[in-house]
Amino acid sequence: MYSASDLRKNLRIMLDDEPYIVVDFQFVKPGKGQSLYRCKLRNMLTGSQMDRTFREVDTFQPAETEEKNMQYLYKEGGSFHFMDNESFEQIALTEEQVGDAKNFLIENMECKVLLFRDRPIDITLPNFVDVVVTEAPPWIKGDTVSGNYKPVIVETGYKVSVPPFIEQGEKIRIDTRTGEYLTRVKE
Amino acid sequence: MSTDCKLEDRRRALETRADILHATRAFFLSRGYLEVETPNRIPAPLPESHIDAMPSGSWWLHPSPELCMKRMLAAGYERIFQIAKCWRERERGPLHLPEFTLLEWYRAGIEYRQLMEECEDLLLYVSIARGRGSRVSFRGFPIDLSKPWDRVTVREAFEQYGSVTLEQALAEDRFEEVLALEIEPRLGVSRPVFLCDYPPAFGSLARTKPEDPHTAERFEIYIGGLELANGFSELRDAAEQRRRFEKENETRTRRGRPPYPMPETFLDALSRMPDAAGIALGVDRLVMLFAGASSIDEVVAFTPEEL
Repeated sequence: MYSASDLRKNLRIMLDDEPYIVVDFQFVKPGKGQSLYRCKLRNMLTGSQMDRTFREVDTFQPAETEEKNMQYLYKEGGSFHFMDNESFEQIALTEEQVGDAKNFLIENMECKVLLFRDRPIDITLPNFVDVVVTEAPPWIKGDTVSGNYKPVIVETGYKVSVPPFIEQGEKIRIDTRTGEYLTRVKE
Repeated sequence: MSTDCKLEDRRRALETRADILHATRAFFLSRGYLEVETPNRIPAPLPESHIDAMPSGSWWLHPSPELCMKRMLAAGYERIFQIAKCWRERERGPLHLPEFTLLEWYRAGIEYRQLMEECEDLLLYVSIARGRGSRVSFRGFPIDLSKPWDRVTVREAFEQYGSVTLEQALAEDRFEEVLALEIEPRLGVSRPVFLCDYPPAFGSLARTKPEDPHTAERFEIYIGGLELANGFSELRDAAEQRRRFEKENETRTRRGRPPYPMPETFLDALSRMPDAAGIALGVDRLVMLFAGASSIDEVVAFTPEEL
């Protein structure tokens, strides 16, 4: 069990029987009175945010979430299929549940899926992913001015800005946390 | 590396801090006060419901120099001031550091109303010593420190700015919440405010009004919504003080905090203490006010996280 003084950014707690994550947090203490903890919380099921102020007597249960290592298998219709690395059970996530991660999911990729009462609610990818460029405008020779980026499309359908020398069929590395191009990958 | 870059950004605030400390000392010396130093490490901190002292061996680092300074007052030191480092556990936020600086002063023969006037004089003195006249700008508010400042009772403040009355807030244990979130931001936005006359439960070392036992002679200074200082007429009744400490310790125990040893040497001295008023003023916040800083981090050389 957590007490209010344990509250901090990214703490996951149960409120009204739903899991919340603390996205912003401020300590307030008037005069010689009791401490207050002003929080911005995000409901991990619905994504909606709310403000709540807690007092030092308030206590919380940790969010009943569980993180599992899974392998991404394939996409079918609007569903993304994963396999639990331990039990080999398969689960399907909707496009909404996968969120921005869909831009970087490639088959057989290892990732972490966050579950609430066996229901997948979030997905964490490796920090870096190597993907093949499927569409790229041609390199105009001589254009070597740095900072002159061009948009390309990679195998997942994601659009990203890259330096002009990147060509179709090449592999590039992307930082999944920022969604930005990092480097060209030579096989 | 990045920490030391911040040090350079803080140079002006740290210079402001030094100016304020010099001016503060000059003010009190000009009024016949003695600057004192009392031990930072003590065997029995104030038993207060909501303040946790930081353990230091089997003793504690003082959360304020209040107890030792009042023993000096009882021994005949009639005007004393101290600029002391103080420690309070688990207090960290944009206005709180677990290690911070308090200015405390005590004066025999006065009560809280005269102490309020001395506060007006001190802040005006410091402001003028900095060469800026009586005007400061804080949180976007242009504020005039000229006296007299406004005096608002806690009851009036709840009526004027609160969503519930003082009685409702007390009954629902929402006093701090309404005060901090609804009332404080609106106090002292054009001139400083003394918020005064607290319910006795919120002034465990303050005297109650001779004509009204339900009101403690305590005040807080607010400037631009910033709580700056807490002062009061001192309670001199040792038996009553012991009862209040016991009650504070009961609250601590009920809320899962360790009770503190009874400060017997202080209680013993209390019966010899003259009528007096005293106050604790947050020096870091005073620097914030004059430096126009939005966070306490900006007015110290290092925060604990940067060490």
